This record gives sequence, structure tokens and C-alpha cells, in this order.
Amino acid sequence: MGRTLAEKVWDAHVVRRAEGEPDLLYIDLHLVHEVTSPQAFDGLRAAGRPVRRPDLTLATEDHNVPTFDIDKPIADPISRAQVEALRANAAEFGVPIYSLGSEEQGIVHVVGPQLGLTQPGMTVVCGDSHTSTHGAFGALAFGIGTSEVEHVLATQTLPLKPFKTMAIEIDGPLPSGVTAKDVILRVIAEIGTGGGQGYVLEYRGEAIRALSMEARMTICNMSIEAGARAGLIAPDETTFAYLEGRERAPQGEEWAAAVAYWRTLVTDDDAEFDTVVRIDAATLSPFVTWGTNPGQGVPLSASVPSPDDYADPVDADAARKALEYMGLEARTPMKQIPVDTVFIGSCTNGRIEDLRAAAEVFRGRSVAPGVQALVVPGSVRVRLAAEAEGLDKVFEAAGAEWRNAGCSMCLAMNADKVAPGKRSASTSNRNFEGRQGPGSRTHLVSPQVAAATAVVGRLASPADLDALVDA
Amino acid sequence: MEKFTVHTGRALPLRRSNVDTDQIIPAEYLKRITRHGFEDALFAAWRSDPSFVLNDPRYAGVTVLVAGPDFGTGSSREHAVWALQDYGFKVVLSSRFADIFRGNSGKGGLLTALVDQDVVERLWEAVEADPQLEVTVDLVERQVRAGDLVAPFEVDDYVRWRLLEGLDDIGLTLQHADEIAAFEAARPAFKPVTA
Repeated sequence: MGRTLAEKVWDAHVVRRAEGEPDLLYIDLHLVHEVTSPQAFDGLRAAGRPVRRPDLTLATEDHNVPTFDIDKPIADPISRAQVEALRANAAEFGVPIYSLGSEEQGIVHVVGPQLGLTQPGMTVVCGDSHTSTHGAFGALAFGIGTSEVEHVLATQTLPLKPFKTMAIEIDGPLPSGVTAKDVILRVIAEIGTGGGQGYVLEYRGEAIRALSMEARMTICNMSIEAGARAGLIAPDETTFAYLEGRERAPQGEEWAAAVAYWRTLVTDDDAEFDTVVRIDAATLSPFVTWGTNPGQGVPLSASVPSPDDYADPVDADAARKALEYMGLEARTPMKQIPVDTVFIGSCTNGRIEDLRAAAEVFRGRSVAPGVQALVVPGSVRVRLAAEAEGLDKVFEAAGAEWRNAGCSMCLAMNADKVAPGKRSASTSNRNFEGRQGPGSRTHLVSPQVAAATAVVGRLASPADLDALVDA
Repeated sequence: MEKFTVHTGRALPLRRSNVDTDQIIPAEYLKRITRHGFEDALFAAWRSDPSFVLNDPRYAGVTVLVAGPDFGTGSSREHAVWALQDYGFKVVLSSRFADIFRGNSGKGGLLTALVDQDVVERLWEAVEADPQLEVTVDLVERQVRAGDLVAPFEVDDYVRWRLLEGLDDIGLTLQHADEIAAFEAARPAFKPVTA
């Protein structure tokens, strides 16, 4: 029987297989950031162990870093200590690092792909659950905890239990106005936050094939929100075109050898997935969350559900608690929900195409009075590219704030926070209670919906703006 | 790592599903660079509510957490495991755990015992009726016992073995350093390096 893409990548990395033990997998690329690594480096020091392959390891500063006044010392002393600990650890153990101020600094999941470090068929790990992003290249990429970070630093391997495979088939072309973010939010709502547990997801079908690499990254990024550790997409001409010529991509003869190998990285026709989920692309539309987990989503054109809509008492209770936290009444049309803050950025939607899409909506329009809109590029390179195209001027003319690169308001570890009780429309990946600051209320949206929402002051799509003009 | 065989202690009924790691420990607390001292951060936002179950003095000193399905979703932060352990928890019982959280727990010596939702419901009722009720989690027999309730739980065989023996994963892997070196020598030349 044939193998799925995920199984092929797995099999190509097995260092050791023994009865009754997890497979020991070789790790091709280990990305490191300041939050989940200090205790791992401490562990190495305590045991007197070196980093086995610093040349397969890369550190960057992202979770804590400020997005303004970046030429000054980090104001928060605890954040500063953590960033300084990463710099000291990188120096001591010989790990390459892109620090604040470097042109290569940025969110770890934006930096890897833009350098060409993330390639098809690789195993990629990072102490961050959104490592699934790199699956967009046909890599097996997943988030790990700090003990596993230490394990990879010391051995360049990880013992891993086998996984099941799930195909997510998006049949047919995406309707106009539907983005990658809408696709993945719908997938999560469909299979639930636990639906992917124990699985690696493979996104397939006509709609997926038509997506750009950046859109594919948006989709794979949120695989974890469906409970899956990894999600991937078979590499194709779009993938090769993205990689060709990038700094860390293979060059010359090696390029040809690599592409020849990468072309074998597809699920065989006779391979069987453990589970198949099919979604008709024609049924997709702009999608947003109403609750406090990413599975609590509805079409933007729909209304807030009622706990009575859920047959499962656990789901009904979760809905009741979510409505209370979010300060929402059941049956309220989503488009009537006013917001205070709009955040455009993160490893989900902080790449150049996302910023272009948002700028297109902002162009010639203004952020509604009383709304704060923050645009945070995913990396310094994204920032520079956006500025070269004049996107920063579009944002600023509309009244949005243009910032420096980092994770920022996605998880509010730096100074960028949604105020208590305030409501945000956010292009990030998690609407958990307090995620964007204590008491914050988050609606997950696409960059297009975020920008339109900033203009209207209520949840809105770009199509709603056109309707406003026509009226 | 300390060996885990049988644990008996009182239990906290956490009647919530989808308890994500941002709730277990908010991001603000992740700036610390130590591995201990996170007990005050556990469920920090919920603990500001006096009616939150962890604030109920009848549950002081609990060591077993009984939670709703999809416990530990979201961020990979191992601080969630450390916060639970620092507070005193030895075991979490749930009918569904998020993968990364479960993996992190196994590394750190926190047992995540998978039970049927029906068992969770019965435990909730039992420890709500009698907060002094002792719950025994027996890793040798893979069994949870409380009053007249006796139920099996699931745990990965390999994780169980490591917990029973108190073994360090890295040390185990480094026993196979030759195999790692042999694999490394055969890697294709086109694989990228970071420097």
C-alpha cells in the first residue's frame, strides 16, 4: 500500500525504531525563541552537554520584543532579562541568533520560510505550537515543550509516538472574497478544537492547490487550533518557485537534486488516510469566531449562537461560559458587534500578502472614531518590503499605527495589549480568555475583515464597505 | 525525575472543557527564566474570582485535578505543567488531553490519566459531595479508585515505563549516539544549515 506525505517524511527521518519504544526522529531544523528556551539551556549547562548541531539551530527574538522604541533598551525589566538570557545562551552555545535590530529579526515562523530554511520533506521543530506553519512546504513541523527543546538541543532528535493521518479536502475553487483564514477557521469549527488530536492533517484539493505559499502558511499555522500537532501541504510548482533563489535554499546542482526529491513528496494514490474530512469550497464565506476557543466560529453573515443550539451538554456549557466572558447575547448578528481594537499581524497573518490585502481595504478610507488599529509586520523583512511598496503610508493615512516586527498583541507579552473588557478583531490565532491582555475579548478574523472592521467600527467584510458607498 | 507508582490524594473538580494553557498560566508569567516558582501563576485569571473552585478552602492541599475534555489545548508552554506541579498537583484526569500538553506532562513527571467522561462526571460529583474523599491513581494497575468507584485509565506504555522508572529522556537517547551519527552522515547535501 502507498504512503501519505506525512508518513514519507516521517520514515525518512527515523534514526532508530525498536519494539515498544517511540521512533527516534532526526530533526533537520530547530528554531528557538526567548520564552521556551531558557530552562532548556539551563538543563544543558547542569548536565554539561553541548548543543549537538548549532548549524541546524536558529534563534530569534519575537514573543517579548517591543514594537516601538526598539532602538532603546526593552522597558519591561523581566522581558529584557529573558531576551538577554537568550542572547547569552546563544553566545555560550554557539547558536546563530537574529536579535532585535537585525534585518533578519522577526517572528520565528516568518523568519524560517523567508530565509528559505524551511524546505519540503524536512522535520522542523520549535518550542512554539505554531511551528505547524512550516508544514505549508510539505515539511513535518510541530511545536514542542521546553523539555523537548532541551532534548533536541542535546541530541538533534526526538522520540515520537506514531500519529494518525487526516485528509482535509477542500473541493472546488474558493469563492471570491474568501481567504485562507476563512478556510482554516471553518475547518476548526467543523472538526472542533480536539478533532485533530493525535493526527497530522494534510490539506488537499483544488482550493488548496490554488493558494500562494503565504496563504498555505496561514492554513497550516492554525492546525494546532484543531488539536493537530502538525498540518502539511504537498509541495508543488508554487512551493519550488517560492524557494528558488532564497538565501538558504539549495543552489546550482543541489537545487536540481533537491527538486527531484521534493517531487516525490506527495501522498500516493493508493495511500489511505485514517480519516477524511471534505468541505465544498462553494459553501465557504468570510468566517469569524464569537467565543473563547477557535472552534467557536460562524460565518460573518450569521448570528451569535445560543447554548440551546448544542446537543452535547459539555458544548452547551462551554457556549454559555463563552457568551458570558465575551459579553455577547445569543442571536446578535455578528456584523452588529462593535470593536475597540483591531490587530493585524502574527505568525498567522503577518506576512506581506496579508499586509497588502489589509492596505487595499484601508486605501482611501479611515479607521472609525474610537477604534485603535495596530499593524505589526511579522518580520523586519516584511516591514521593509511593505515600506518599499508604501503600505505603511496607506496604514498611517487611514489612522492605523505602523509598528516594528514581533508577536505583539497576539499574546500580549510586550506592551501591546487589548484593555480589560475591550473587544478586538484580530488576525491572530487564539481567542482564549485573556489572550490579548487580561479581560480582553477576541474575535479571530482575516486581514481583509480586520481592515473592514476597523473602518466600520463593527465586524464587517470589504464587501460591506462597497455596500456602504453604494447606499 | 522522581518515580511515579501509586498516588493518593484529594481532588479538585474543575468543571470546564477546553482549558487552554493560556488559562493554566497566562503569558505574562512566561517571562521568568527559572523552572520553578510558578504556583502563584496557576489559573491566575480565574483565581481572581473568589468563587473559583481553587479558592474554596475545602480543596486546600489537593493533588489530583479532575478536568473536562480537551484539557491543555493551545500554546506549547511547558510552564503549564510546571505551574500545576508547583501548586502540588501530581495527576490530571480528563477524557481528552491536547497532544503537546500531554507530552510535556510526561517529560516532567506529571501523570495525565485518560478516563471516560462518565468517570470524570462521577468523580466531580463524588468530590463535590465530599471534598475530603481520597482519590488513588495507580499507575502500576492503570486504575483510578475513589470510594466505591474503580475505573481504568489509559496512559502511553512508554511514558508509563519512564514514569515508573523515573528515567531521563535525554540520557536514554544519548545511549544511541552512534545511530544518530550514522544517520547524520547519510543526510542529503542539499539540506540547509543556519550558519
